[in-house]
Amino acid sequence: MFSTFPAAGSLFPELTRLQQQLEEFFQPAGVAGIRSLAWGAFPAVNVGSTTDSVEVIAFAPGIDPNEIEITVDRGLLSLSGERRGDPQGQQGANTYAQERFTGKFRRVISLPEDADPAKVEAKFRDGVLHVTLAKRESSKPRQISVS
Amino acid sequence: MSDNMNVTKTDRASNIPQTGRTQNTPRQALVPAVDIAESESGITLFADMPGVSKERLTIKVEGDNLMIEGHAQIDVPENIELLHSEVRSPYFRRSFTLSRDLDPAKIEATLRNGVLQMHIPKSEEARPKRIEVKVG
Repeated sequence: MFSTFPAAGSLFPELTRLQQQLEEFFQPAGVAGIRSLAWGAFPAVNVGSTTDSVEVIAFAPGIDPNEIEITVDRGLLSLSGERRGDPQGQQGANTYAQERFTGKFRRVISLPEDADPAKVEAKFRDGVLHVTLAKRESSKPRQISVS
Repeated sequence: MSDNMNVTKTDRASNIPQTGRTQNTPRQALVPAVDIAESESGITLFADMPGVSKERLTIKVEGDNLMIEGHAQIDVPENIELLHSEVRSPYFRRSFTLSRDLDPAKIEATLRNGVLQMHIPKSEEARPKRIEVKVG
């Protein structure tokens, strides 16, 4: 999942990543920087594919798995829900940091064409939503024997 | 103050891939987003650490330095090819400097759905006190 090879994709995510890597490079390890993980959209999403499936990993900590709405429509996977603020945090007299996302979110992911919307499975563990879509039989690599 | 306190026990003997890491060889880690609020009783800290289970979370206090470190476990097939990636490292690490008013020996930590919640109480002397004024 976390390979060192550049992902196939558009240029802009790569530029953002480059920027992030530079920031990480110039920032001593473990020291809190101005920017934290909350630099992008919520939830952060990784998409990968294997010969049999398309895997979508959404990093959605602090969300009740029953409240995530997952829909697949015409090749678009949509994740939506709401992350509520922590009540104890609001009672505090002074707030020193408020970096974590709160509010409604919606993320739409364009699926590869060979993903089968009829075969979707979703799992949630430790704040990570893992959606697995099977690939269509016709798109799987086949070996053709010579008769 | 205690020198080295593990609030949550780390299970290093399990089959977690550990690459002989020590504190002196920091590896690329993400900085988790946090919310920090102070109340009369102490500091409450929330940190987003998706994918981190209790066994893979370490909380360390060394002197006035508090460090939280976690390793996210995401089960994906081995032959996966990454198409799009926003989270590039499964490691989270962040350090904080604790005020002297806080009592690191009484830190309480809970982890739920990938969110770490910590309560660091103030030491008795540092808590606000109400002084009754007697009418003489």
